Amino acid sequence: MYDFTYQKPGSLADAVKVLSGDPEAKALAGGQTFIPVLKQRLNKPTTVVDLSKLGLSGITVSGDKITIGAMTRHADIAANADIKAKIPGLAHQASLIGDEAVRHRGTMGGSLANNDPAACYPSALLALGGTIKTDRRSIAADDFFQGMFTTALEQGEIITAIELPIPEKSAYEKFRNPASRYAIVGVFVAKFPSGVRLAITGAGQGGVFRHTEIENALSANFAPDAINGIVTPPDDLNSDIHASAEYRAHLVGVVSKRAVAKAT
Amino acid sequence: MPQVTLTVNGKQHTVEVEGRTLLVELLREKLGLTGTHVGCDTSQCGACVVHVDGISVKSCTQLALQADGTDVITIEGLAEADGTLHPMQEMFREHHALQCGFCTPGMVMTAIDLVQSHPGGLSEKEIREGLEGNLCRCTGYHNIVKAIAAAHPLMHAKAAE
Repeated sequence: MYDFTYQKPGSLADAVKVLSGDPEAKALAGGQTFIPVLKQRLNKPTTVVDLSKLGLSGITVSGDKITIGAMTRHADIAANADIKAKIPGLAHQASLIGDEAVRHRGTMGGSLANNDPAACYPSALLALGGTIKTDRRSIAADDFFQGMFTTALEQGEIITAIELPIPEKSAYEKFRNPASRYAIVGVFVAKFPSGVRLAITGAGQGGVFRHTEIENALSANFAPDAINGIVTPPDDLNSDIHASAEYRAHLVGVVSKRAVAKAT
Repeated sequence: MPQVTLTVNGKQHTVEVEGRTLLVELLREKLGLTGTHVGCDTSQCGACVVHVDGISVKSCTQLALQADGTDVITIEGLAEADGTLHPMQEMFREHHALQCGFCTPGMVMTAIDLVQSHPGGLSEKEIREGLEGNLCRCTGYHNIVKAIAAAHPLMHAKAAE
């Protein structure tokens, strides 16, 4: 790992100032992806800004939504009674990320800001139609993800919280790589009075995406069989040593059906 | 150079580190606590697991400076001063839950957190899932799972004393 200057600011304004003033400065959340990236020398920051002292963790329920602080750890999301009761798909999703020790450090905001094409949380945010709150604005999930490892965040912009509407039903189903535990295909389904949203991670070349054909079928009939006959073209899907694009296309249907069957 | 102040196995230390120094490097190279191992160095194997403020973490995936002000327990901090082993260590010995021993410090630290966070009991399935982040290349896990199951009642009985 290349050396860097480490800072742990005590206020959001100070953190934004450091990150905005230096394009080579990087934010550190839980570090469960970022520190391995630094070890591989894939990134060479001048300054690493630790966000752990900004008071950005915690989970609150108000009316029809749940707000999760950006620095809230996967383990806390998985164990939270409100999330388990109101968005069970999200609690289950958090419990499947990495392993126990990784879940004790990794954060939701860190994962979303990184937007790994095989990460789990982007599918929850997109399927739930959530909102990213930052130090300066609100960004709708549909506008936030802009291709793999790319988001709408500006230089120095810090996610402070994630706001998620509470659905009638939700579920996450992951067909995972047994070694890395990342999603080969992961499907988050959320049923709202206004219709069904379904987002797929792990499969798309451009990262997470909504599958509108499946959404329309499920909005008309929320049952696994409603997905029968829907063909997902492999053209924009990933091919790698773990799975071909054609196999991922097949899995999109299978895993979506499993998610719908599990939704509560 | 920046300084980090932390408590390790009950003793406070103030150590000069670089920004890039990992917690495991601080423990092994600055404090000489070589019981915590570096296996894969890629967050997969769990040989480096220690407790930071009572919670199991991979010390190869945390900067030393992130641990400023924390209370760290390593494998060296488990046994009592007279050498009496921690119940988890004792059960690992009793059930022959190690062969080469390389993964053992991380296994034991993960197992203790797992038992502490499940006061009501631990199923075999929960133990196996809880060990997902700890790799052993000798034993095939069966005896490790047995040792953890056996340590559960002992640890909770001791905590209730």
